Amino acid sequence: MSIFYFIAFLSILFAVLVISAKNPVHSILYLVLTFFTFTIQYVLLNAQFVAIVNFIVYMGAILVLFLYTLMLINLNKDSEPMKTNLVKIAAVLGGGCLLVVIVAALKAIGASDPVVFKDPNLGLVKNLGKVLFNEFLLPFEVSSLLLLSAMVGAVLLATKDPKTA
Amino acid sequence: MESLSNKRKVIESKPLNFWERIYLPAIAKGLSITLKHFLFKKDVTVRYPEQKREFSENFRGMHSLKRDENGKERCTACGLCALSCPAEAITMIAAERQPGEEHLYREEKYAAVYEINMLRCIFCGLCEEACPKEAIYLDGDIVPADYLRKDFIYGKDKLVEAPLNQ
Amino acid sequence: METGEIIIRLVLIVVIFLISLVVAMYSTYAERKIAAFFQDRVGPNRAGPAGIFQPLADGAKMFLKEEIIPTNSSKFLFIVGPSLAIMTACIGSAVIPWGQQIQIGGKLYDLQVTDINVGLLYIFGVVSLGVYGIMIGGWASNNKYSLLGAIRAASQNISYEIAMGLSIIALLMVRNTLSLKEIAEQQHGWHWNVLYQPLGFILFIVCAFAETNRSPFDLPECETELVGGYHTEYSSMKLGFYLFAEYINMFVSSAVMVTLYWGSYNYPGMDWVAAHLGTVAAPLIGTVVVFAKIFLFIFFFMWVRWTIPRFRYDQLMDLGWKGLIPLAIANIIGTGLWITFVK
Repeated sequence: MSIFYFIAFLSILFAVLVISAKNPVHSILYLVLTFFTFTIQYVLLNAQFVAIVNFIVYMGAILVLFLYTLMLINLNKDSEPMKTNLVKIAAVLGGGCLLVVIVAALKAIGASDPVVFKDPNLGLVKNLGKVLFNEFLLPFEVSSLLLLSAMVGAVLLATKDPKTA
Repeated sequence: MESLSNKRKVIESKPLNFWERIYLPAIAKGLSITLKHFLFKKDVTVRYPEQKREFSENFRGMHSLKRDENGKERCTACGLCALSCPAEAITMIAAERQPGEEHLYREEKYAAVYEINMLRCIFCGLCEEACPKEAIYLDGDIVPADYLRKDFIYGKDKLVEAPLNQ
Repeated sequence: METGEIIIRLVLIVVIFLISLVVAMYSTYAERKIAAFFQDRVGPNRAGPAGIFQPLADGAKMFLKEEIIPTNSSKFLFIVGPSLAIMTACIGSAVIPWGQQIQIGGKLYDLQVTDINVGLLYIFGVVSLGVYGIMIGGWASNNKYSLLGAIRAASQNISYEIAMGLSIIALLMVRNTLSLKEIAEQQHGWHWNVLYQPLGFILFIVCAFAETNRSPFDLPECETELVGGYHTEYSSMKLGFYLFAEYINMFVSSAVMVTLYWGSYNYPGMDWVAAHLGTVAAPLIGTVVVFAKIFLFIFFFMWVRWTIPRFRYDQLMDLGWKGLIPLAIANIIGTGLWITFVK
């Protein structure tokens, strides 16, 4: 349990550093560390597959892309757009709404009850696959369709319009 | 335009066909060629300090100051070599031959000091051509590397040929 | 886990770590020697007989050279970069089975540091992490060549990871497991995966070349365009770490290819050997076989490097996205059809 608290503390520490770091590249690197602590948490939960997928997809691919785009764009102080008060208020409202939703969601599932696994090996690949492709087949396929449509959209955005070009 | 030499070759760049586009046959061909070199071809390296390649006939290396058939120095310190040197690498101080030194120097005048700065020398061989006494030839080896600039100023100790039958 | 096992694991970790370092060290020597032979030269031959102490001399030089950190670089990240590169290179070897179980004193011991049941994905994760060392180092140098090298490395790695993952999926469909130990066991005798997945293997090895930044895909350190690429600003041992990481990566990815496709410690006639030589000698022969195959692959890496010219960057991306990924998907479909209708 103490490992959990230590890692959780690290996650929160790095998450705070993500938003407080002055240099955007540093904050991405802190984000990498945050995700790494998540991976450790998954391993502690014996969810090896999720841990490794988190490792590959988030740390290995998505954040590399983040870093990649950050290195490409010019991050000088003067090129940063001015934030008006209206934008700031909207941001505070949006963040507040998200907080309320998360708190409500946590209350609704009753997070205070200790979660006891019926099957401690649930996180292993074979079991996870069986659950995903039997019980949750429809959501799984729907989410893959969602990703496919996102990909098609991205390709459409990237290709030039034949009429204008 | 009509080519004058008739050597012009018209290159047409056709789009790659299927086998060229998958690269693999070309890669296999290239790999087999390099493997042939790896396995069968002998290396062409001359392991320099131990083995030496023969110099060509007109190679110009380090200078040497010649002696005549009696072992006397041929140089008479006329200064023509220094005058002809485009890099101004040669200096000398002349001296008069004293009685009793006839076996050392061929003429009445000789070079007491004869220095070539090997950092300046461009090994053009003009000194060799200018010398009326056939006293200097660039027939030596490659000038070796050194650490200090002063060590590249070669005096008579390094330049004069070894005395005969000693 | 009992103490004996823990001790044997620790010994194994240290031994594997040392082996990968020594192999990487002598890969630099082998690379220079092999390059020389391919070009009808001699290669290093001064330090010791036939130059075998050359890596030690190089190492001493690397350690003793002046360490330069550019003034406007981000100093901490400048140091983190090479450390990360070599760390991610080293941890990949943890899940590779180096041989069959060895029986010592009536007990069976694995010649594998750990057999996690997602071993294959672990390798994949470590590979994908390897690009951070390059990116951080390249960015922290505060040099445009370095940055361009880092960006090239990032996009190249991400592109080829996809094809690599897809080529592994076809292998998984044949073998039904993610554990490298089980994959190695299933290839008993001559049932090597390369016979079932020839296309998958070709895709995998092309991606392995790209992921280790080896020629013909060494765009991140392309001298003609980018000076030194991501390690332009590096000197002394930090540069050494980057170069070393490349060779360790080559060793580990050779080991992965041997395990996944070339039968790991299996060889035809291994049953006869096991029956005649006992439970200690036979697995050790298996280990020797693993290393022999790995060295063959390292030789292949070098052979390709001194044969094929570097790809242009757009050719690289074309090959990755328009060539390898569709082929990998076709391979998956083909394997699926084969499993359903033939097997």
